[in-house]
Amino acid sequence: MSDVVEKTLTALPSLLSLDSQPGSAKLSTNSKLGSLIRGITELTSKHEEEKLIQRELSSIKEQVSSPNTTMRQMKELMVRTIYCEMLGYEATFSYIHAIKLAQQGNVLEKRVGYLAVSLFLNESHELLLLLVNTVLKDLQSTNLIEVCMALTVVSQMFPKDMIPAILPLVEEKLNHSKEIIRRKAVLALYKFYLIAPNQVQHIHNRFRKALCDKDPGVMSASLHIYLQLIQENPESYKDLTASFVTILKQVVAGKLPMDFNYHSVPAPWLQIQLLRILSLLGKSDQSTSEVMYEILDESLRRAEMNHNITYAILYECVKCIYTIHPKSELLEKAAKVIGNFVLSQRINLKYLGLKALTYVVHQDPRLALQHQMTIIECLDHPDVIIKRETLELLFRITNDQNVTVIVEKMLDFMSINKEDHTTADLVGKVAELAEKYAPDNEWFVETMNTVFSVGGDTLQPDIPNSFLKLLSEGFDDEEENKKLRLFAVNSYISLLQGEPSKLPQRFLQAICWVLGEYSHLREDVEPDLVLRLLVKLLNIKSTSSETKSWILMAMTKLCSGGAPLSVPLEVSETYSSSMDTMLRQRAQELQYLSQNPELQARVLPRGVSQEPMEVDSSLSFLDGFVSEALAAGAAPYKPPHQRQEELSRSKALSLEPYGLSLPISMSSCSIADRQSPTLLSVSSGLSGDRTDHSHKGGSTTLKLDGVRRVWGKEGYLAQRESAEETAPVEAPSPLQPLVQQGDGDASYSQTPTPIPECEQEKQQLASSLFVGLASQSSVCLMGKSEQTSQRFRRKLKDPAASFPSSTQNPLVSPPSSVGHLLLDSSISSDLISSPEQTHLSSVDLTVANGEVELPDRDMKGIKSTLLREDSALAAGSSPHEELDRPKDSCLTSHLPAELSGLPHSEITPLCTSPSLDLSSCHVQKDDSLVLLVFMKSSSDYDIQQIQVQVTCEELEVSCVCDSPVEELKSHGVVVCQYFLTVKSPSVYFVLSGMMSHQIPDNSLQETQFSHRIPLTSFLRPLRLSTEEYGTMWLAFSHDTKQNLPLMMDAEEPLTATLKVLKDKLQLHVVEIIGNEGIVACCLRQDQPCLLHCRVHAGMLAVWLRSPIPELPDCLLYHCQRALQES
Amino acid sequence: MRVRVCVCVCVRACVCVCVCVCCQMRFLLLFSRQGKLRLQKWFTAMSDRERKKIIREMTTMVLARQPRSSNFLQWKDLKIIYKRYASLYFCLGVEAQENELLALEIIHRYVELLDKYFGNVCELDIIFNFEKAYFILDEFLMGGEIQETSKQTVNRCIEASDMLQETMEEYMSKPAF
Repeated sequence: MSDVVEKTLTALPSLLSLDSQPGSAKLSTNSKLGSLIRGITELTSKHEEEKLIQRELSSIKEQVSSPNTTMRQMKELMVRTIYCEMLGYEATFSYIHAIKLAQQGNVLEKRVGYLAVSLFLNESHELLLLLVNTVLKDLQSTNLIEVCMALTVVSQMFPKDMIPAILPLVEEKLNHSKEIIRRKAVLALYKFYLIAPNQVQHIHNRFRKALCDKDPGVMSASLHIYLQLIQENPESYKDLTASFVTILKQVVAGKLPMDFNYHSVPAPWLQIQLLRILSLLGKSDQSTSEVMYEILDESLRRAEMNHNITYAILYECVKCIYTIHPKSELLEKAAKVIGNFVLSQRINLKYLGLKALTYVVHQDPRLALQHQMTIIECLDHPDVIIKRETLELLFRITNDQNVTVIVEKMLDFMSINKEDHTTADLVGKVAELAEKYAPDNEWFVETMNTVFSVGGDTLQPDIPNSFLKLLSEGFDDEEENKKLRLFAVNSYISLLQGEPSKLPQRFLQAICWVLGEYSHLREDVEPDLVLRLLVKLLNIKSTSSETKSWILMAMTKLCSGGAPLSVPLEVSETYSSSMDTMLRQRAQELQYLSQNPELQARVLPRGVSQEPMEVDSSLSFLDGFVSEALAAGAAPYKPPHQRQEELSRSKALSLEPYGLSLPISMSSCSIADRQSPTLLSVSSGLSGDRTDHSHKGGSTTLKLDGVRRVWGKEGYLAQRESAEETAPVEAPSPLQPLVQQGDGDASYSQTPTPIPECEQEKQQLASSLFVGLASQSSVCLMGKSEQTSQRFRRKLKDPAASFPSSTQNPLVSPPSSVGHLLLDSSISSDLISSPEQTHLSSVDLTVANGEVELPDRDMKGIKSTLLREDSALAAGSSPHEELDRPKDSCLTSHLPAELSGLPHSEITPLCTSPSLDLSSCHVQKDDSLVLLVFMKSSSDYDIQQIQVQVTCEELEVSCVCDSPVEELKSHGVVVCQYFLTVKSPSVYFVLSGMMSHQIPDNSLQETQFSHRIPLTSFLRPLRLSTEEYGTMWLAFSHDTKQNLPLMMDAEEPLTATLKVLKDKLQLHVVEIIGNEGIVACCLRQDQPCLLHCRVHAGMLAVWLRSPIPELPDCLLYHCQRALQES
Repeated sequence: MRVRVCVCVCVRACVCVCVCVCCQMRFLLLFSRQGKLRLQKWFTAMSDRERKKIIREMTTMVLARQPRSSNFLQWKDLKIIYKRYASLYFCLGVEAQENELLALEIIHRYVELLDKYFGNVCELDIIFNFEKAYFILDEFLMGGEIQETSKQTVNRCIEASDMLQETMEEYMSKPAF
């Protein structure tokens, strides 16, 4: 059979030439499908079509289930079913037959079967499990076409938890002699990597082999994987930069077979893939970027043909040039390319030009200035997407001078374009701009009003939250605060006096809150009036019950100070019998507090803006109650997911294979609730580059100054100065004077040359839109990094204290808080104290069992492995390292005395600024990890006011001394210590930091840096007995199973493997019995992880359990690594 | 601030686990000028409902486009790239940060492949032989990524299987089987 295929494959070209028109012969005129299609086209109404199809489907149904139907007929039936499904008619009955066809048919029928399966089912369909065996069989087939089909279907859809079953077979195909198989195997692995990164962790080196494949097709397929890997972790792939550059060089020079040309451009897809990879690698890394300057220049030069595909390549080049470390020549060329795009008459190109401009504009605002007239034209472009992109661009160049015009344009656009997604996005942006740049109170409140009413209920909830937060926290100036609040109150009262029924619910809620809090600021308005307005709101039918409880809450606040009681009493009467518990509670509160002014004044003190209080979220004040209940025989609390799991465990089908039918046993059925940490990082890595981060609406800010710093130093700045001088000559537009004079109307009318009216309008618009841009760039010329003063800048706060929803959402409190308002205040003060008490139930248990004591000698042993781990990590960025090596040794002597005896990691450089070098290392203490940051002055003068801030989402960072280092003598060294504890585990913790210090002319200089610490540094052995282990094992809910390689060459494979794990990861081997072993470790005392290892079919089946959801997956990753390296 | 009265119970930082896998292409639809679907390919898992919704919205949006506007559309967080060839619209949904011109060329390359295979392809070819069109697509794109950009190779693969069809059919018609 396979011989036949081989022969036909080779004999094809000659055979094909006989049949010059392959397509025409295939228009089968008398097939059943043909008659069905023709039948449909003859029909006139939708109803008739429906009837015909239903008839067709029922006849198909009859035939497929009849035992006499041959596979050949089945294939024909399947094609017809696919057609019916495409028309939108369900044919679920045929799914199982499609799978059968793929299973039993010959090659041709199989192909249709696979096609039908891939069209009918999606990745999560349960029938897909039935396909696994077929795929397994076909992967092992000697027939090339069958293997191809299996690989194709695998990469299209495959149940995630079945991947281990076919993984070895797919891996094997990487060595296949036919390049098409190798290529498909690489792509299938890429797909696996996307859906289950943990599973393909171990074949990274195979990818390298694919990259070096002699067939360009296989090589380019492997680039998909590399793009993904590099996106997640650029550091580890820096060494490949040169190879990628070489490949790109060869491609650009046309060294690939002609086959790969597309409209005589050599392998454009490959080129673009490589450009993307290069931009990721070169991002903020000067030495790597330098390697690629030449080839980028070459690519720009070569792509000169007038065809879409060359423009696509140019666009990618430009993006790359602006992403990597800047080089002035290239930037100039790239700017020219963007200019060509923007000015092009072809609308697609214009769009791409705008997109590129948006991407680069915050690095180089002058570029937008050059094209201002085009941008203005695009703002009125009939095509929506162009308008949209222009707004995006304007959003990026907004400053406090042009904010009103830009916001107006955005609101205009929203009133025309009603698409939900767009509105939600733009509304978020407007809110952000308003908050950052509002020129005055009036404008701010009015803009926010529009935002609320236009945004309606598609609004992201954080917009009203941050608005209210801003109102309540205010700015430094108390007088200003009052004015703003007063203005808001005024505006809301007049809104409510109008027609409040049209306002969206979110807006009403915000209004209620503001009126409740601040309406007392307006002295001429009686609380009674506000109350009546609120009652009116209550009586509107469309008001949701959530809004109603906001209203009641506002009333509760209002009726203090001896206001007439009739209104609130009436209202509370009505709602205290409401079916909605929340409403009822609020009504009760209202009733009680309005009759008890003293308590009211204590519970709701007026006009004091205090720091948000501390909340004991662990509910530790209930500990006594819990232990009493436990003592009285109550069952310990189980979190919902655990209950569910137990429930499903008793019911669900076992997905574990019986015995050895599959090469690798599948991972457990708990896959549904398990989160793989690497998948998480995939999705976060998705958002890609810097631009896209600021894309997302909401909390992001436009960091113009951050960019300037990159550009300030030696790269582009000097060049730009010269560009500044020549600019007026280059762009002799009549608005140049206008831009400088701001809104000078008078000077405008004196312009000597008469300009047509519409032109005038445009220019006026331009002057108002682009005002401030020129000055902005001049600011950056002077090298000042201070941002223009923001009006609505928030007070700096402890990030932990500013949980948005905890502080601003008074009414969305969960049921457990029922009645707090009514409690005596002595109790409520109890409620919010005692954060240092211990946690509940299961955690308690582990603390009791998991006393961790680390004898000194153990730490000594660990030292060597730690260093090895880190040097392996650092290998990627070696060029830097080599240079800095000599410095390290001298820094070691600066280790603080109390830490010098402990094992510490290698000292790695963090960042350098002209006058300071920062390096760091971490030291393992028994109970924590200490990060040391060495600041070494390299300047000749003393540096003052150095401040280093280190943050990490997953870690708790506490600094030993928070105050800035006052002074650093020239060439001196200062060390800062930070204690790190794990908040939520992750494979690597990336600390990001910011260092600022004063340079002699008193300006502040800031530098950012990042540092990576593997999870292993936080691991400590957990010493416990087998019995303790047993009880803990049962208590933990999050588990993961995986097969790891076993050290087969050792005499006792299990012992040897566990020893490796013990040495490298500091695990504690509790006991080894026969072919099973139990191991334990912990991050902190209350964050243990237990491992159960079993030798099974030449592999080490590891089962991890922990109370922390992410921990097993993260630890598994390091286990894999550790075993691979040994 | 008065909000403080509420005891807020454990606001867990909501980590959005994005299940949707990063694929540069999300779907490819072919439909006629009358809005009749001719071919659909989904590169990410989606429920039937979502699919139908997308198909409906795509056809209305694309068909309503004015002449001489760009080939791109914004839809939710996706970019829609469409192009009309004779009576058939090709409509590709990609991620927003994707290079639009490149996507446009992907469509064009697919049309070229169809053309090469069918020989002067027209809508009828695709209607009556849609499974062939699918096979070609599967050779060209795999899991939402470009698999093979070489025209010859793609066609060689398809025709290899087609040739097999001929031989198999002869083989099958032998009474001995």
